[in-house]
Amino acid sequence: MNTNSNLYIFIYSSVMVIIVAAALSFTAITLQPLQEKNIEIEKQQNILASVNIEATTENAQELYKKFITNSYVVNSKGEKLEGKIAFNSNLAQEVAKAHADRDLPIYKCTKEEKEYFIIPIRGKGLWGPLWGYIALEADLNTIYGAVFDHKGETPGLGSEINQEAFQKPFKGKTLFNAEGKFVSITVHKGGKGAAAAAGDLEHGVDAISGGTITSKGLEAMISDCLAPYETFLKTQKN
Amino acid sequence: MGKNNKLFTNPINIENPVTVQILGICAALAITVQLKAAVVMSLSVLFVLAFANVIISLLRNTIPSRIRIIVQLVVIASLVIIVDQVLKAYVYSVSKQLSVFVGLIITNCIIMGRLEAFALGNKPIPALIDGIGNASGYGLILIIVAFFRELLGSGTLWGFPVVPKAFYNFGYADNGLMILPPMALITVGVIIWVQRANVKELIEEK
Repeated sequence: MNTNSNLYIFIYSSVMVIIVAAALSFTAITLQPLQEKNIEIEKQQNILASVNIEATTENAQELYKKFITNSYVVNSKGEKLEGKIAFNSNLAQEVAKAHADRDLPIYKCTKEEKEYFIIPIRGKGLWGPLWGYIALEADLNTIYGAVFDHKGETPGLGSEINQEAFQKPFKGKTLFNAEGKFVSITVHKGGKGAAAAAGDLEHGVDAISGGTITSKGLEAMISDCLAPYETFLKTQKN
Repeated sequence: MGKNNKLFTNPINIENPVTVQILGICAALAITVQLKAAVVMSLSVLFVLAFANVIISLLRNTIPSRIRIIVQLVVIASLVIIVDQVLKAYVYSVSKQLSVFVGLIITNCIIMGRLEAFALGNKPIPALIDGIGNASGYGLILIIVAFFRELLGSGTLWGFPVVPKAFYNFGYADNGLMILPPMALITVGVIIWVQRANVKELIEEK
């Protein structure tokens, strides 16, 4: 048989593509439930990490049940929405909506008899999405912990946002200023000590050198995602 | 049988894809920070190379030569996607660590090279042995490099601390440089040196 005729090549490649497509779809569909479970566990690990609880893949579900005592969804007026589950809310869809229309998930953590409120955030970096969790202390103003992660920021530059060195300084920063106005967190350019140099120790952290667009994206993400919670935070506080 | 034996042992030593043919260096630098990642990577390459070699060898008489590279690429890519999916399902944390490098097995020159040079012209059983041999040669180097990098860079092996506390008390410190890619290159260089100095077949005449 002439294996170099055009017809043969066409048939050969078509058959090959169909077989390969079938094999790959089969693999993807059979493994999907396991993969989704892994993603769920990772989400629980991240939520726990924002309140400084280290969880392994094995004990994440157990610790999550123990520490995350409540979770609910509120709207921008601070009213609880019944029948919605915080864990299932799709943040990528929510952040695309206007502030007033968003469903706002909140996780409540009880650790060592103190309460913390954990808010998930999501935004854009330089190459792709950024996301993370911000844990607030019971005063709903002071940040207790923050974790961030990214899909594909530049390794060594923007990707540093998922490192402890960047995340640690968020602890103790406040979201509201002395007059009670929502000011969010500012990321200061200029390397280490930039926030201190700008005299903004209460609401400012240092940006990552060489990762300006990622840092700015992160700043925008925090302010954009926390702003709709303003009413909720204020009403809960009083 | 002797011939088949050689197919397995040659790539481990005198035809080693990494140290002698200098192929697949990029992955060897990137994922040898920790032993566990290196082992998973080696097993992934072993799986892909062994199966790709057998599949291409079985198809060798039917593949139109004009599109043979495309056919090879499709076979490799499908196997790599399967590996990636399996890793995501069963060892999620390792798969996150390997991130793009599992996908980049597709571009690993060793695999393309073996398919083109060996599988297209040989029967399935020798092709299988050749695939396992080459992947083992590659994996062996990866694991050796990862062993030293993890031991000296982080003081751990497979994630467990092995350097005794007393050492640190005497002022021993982990060498952060070992974690960075340049030290992987130097480690590979040292392995090549040791190998070339000791293996008769590789000693060049003066």
